Amino acid sequence: MFKDRLKTILRGSSAGGMSAPSATLPGPSGGSGMVTGPAYTRHSNGLDQFFSSLRGQVGLNILDFAGASQANVSFITNLGHRLSSEDYLRSLEITFGDEHFYENQDDPRQAEKFLNDNLNFPEGHFDGALVWDALQFLSPPLLQATVERLHLILRPGSSLLAFFHADEKAVQVPLYNYRISDEKTLLLTPRGSRKRAQYFNNRGLEKLFQGQTVKFFLTRDSLREIIVRR
Amino acid sequence: MWNRKKDEELPPRPAPVQPAPVQQSKEGIPMSTSPNRSFDPPSHVPSGSATIGKAVMVKGQIYSREDLVIDGEVEGTVDVQEHRLTVGPNGKVVAGIKAREIVVLGAIQGNVEAADKIDIRKDAKLVGDIKAARIVIEDGAYFKGSIDIVRAEPAKQPVSQKAPQPPAPLAASASDKR
Repeated sequence: MFKDRLKTILRGSSAGGMSAPSATLPGPSGGSGMVTGPAYTRHSNGLDQFFSSLRGQVGLNILDFAGASQANVSFITNLGHRLSSEDYLRSLEITFGDEHFYENQDDPRQAEKFLNDNLNFPEGHFDGALVWDALQFLSPPLLQATVERLHLILRPGSSLLAFFHADEKAVQVPLYNYRISDEKTLLLTPRGSRKRAQYFNNRGLEKLFQGQTVKFFLTRDSLREIIVRR
Repeated sequence: MWNRKKDEELPPRPAPVQPAPVQQSKEGIPMSTSPNRSFDPPSHVPSGSATIGKAVMVKGQIYSREDLVIDGEVEGTVDVQEHRLTVGPNGKVVAGIKAREIVVLGAIQGNVEAADKIDIRKDAKLVGDIKAARIVIEDGAYFKGSIDIVRAEPAKQPVSQKAPQPPAPLAASASDKR
């Protein structure tokens, strides 16, 4: 009994990352809740790989699911690129509510409206996408539709960076604001936690992005980084 | 302004009851319905800006040749090309906007062009595409759209300066290398 309890506590703290921020406390309704815990920096090989793929080019269109922040706007526009910003998780919460978050996502009409409101871009419009950890909060049908839409709006040869929490047993996973410090470093600010829709292992992610090249990056914390090459 | 000095120099009239002094507006504020604004304007907002008060709704085109504060509702287009536009915390603007500088504390839905800078404050909401030379976004602001930073082009040199110049004196080039 005590062993199980200890395991649960350890699991909760390890899911937060290297410095174990106190971000794993669920919100009152299981929603994203308030920002908790201190921000911390984290090395990201995936981010490094993403920006390596853009090196030597300017005037590219980059999609960022983290929501507008001075850090990301400045970093990407200083490289000479155009940024399209969207707080995808916040848009999900606004559209589908908090109480029946995943059930509402399964409604095909609502899902289609959500995609048309939030990912309505011309084919091949973007040269790169930073989707961070947003995909793990989509129910399977909406996830599939989102991945298909992303495939459509990214030009061939472009890269997509995504994060997935690797702890298989964690139910609630921490949420963060992802701020780019430099090409290899992120500043993560905890913003609560949320129940994820499903767990993905490497095989599951390869299946999700079938037909595209998926590169995995090992990390010391429980965040699995992937680069998908369109 | 308004000959105030001359009035002050006049000796007081013997009238028994004087009306309470009416505070004169500093410059034209024809559209304001709420002289006591419900927010503290940023220190850099000049007090002489034209204001659309929070109880005012405007539909159509707005063209201003002075700084403008919108704390009401506007639908249409807003053109303040050479000046600053401030959307106050009560402001709701559904319009395409062109201004030299834009400060957002309220809500904007529409494409926005700022020749100089756009400043999106905490709790502001902007849905639309931004073109600006500089952008400042405070944490807590909601933005959805694209950001295109338009760098100011360096001033073109006159044709006469493009002609090959005579070589610089040796002393000058030597000092450059240091």
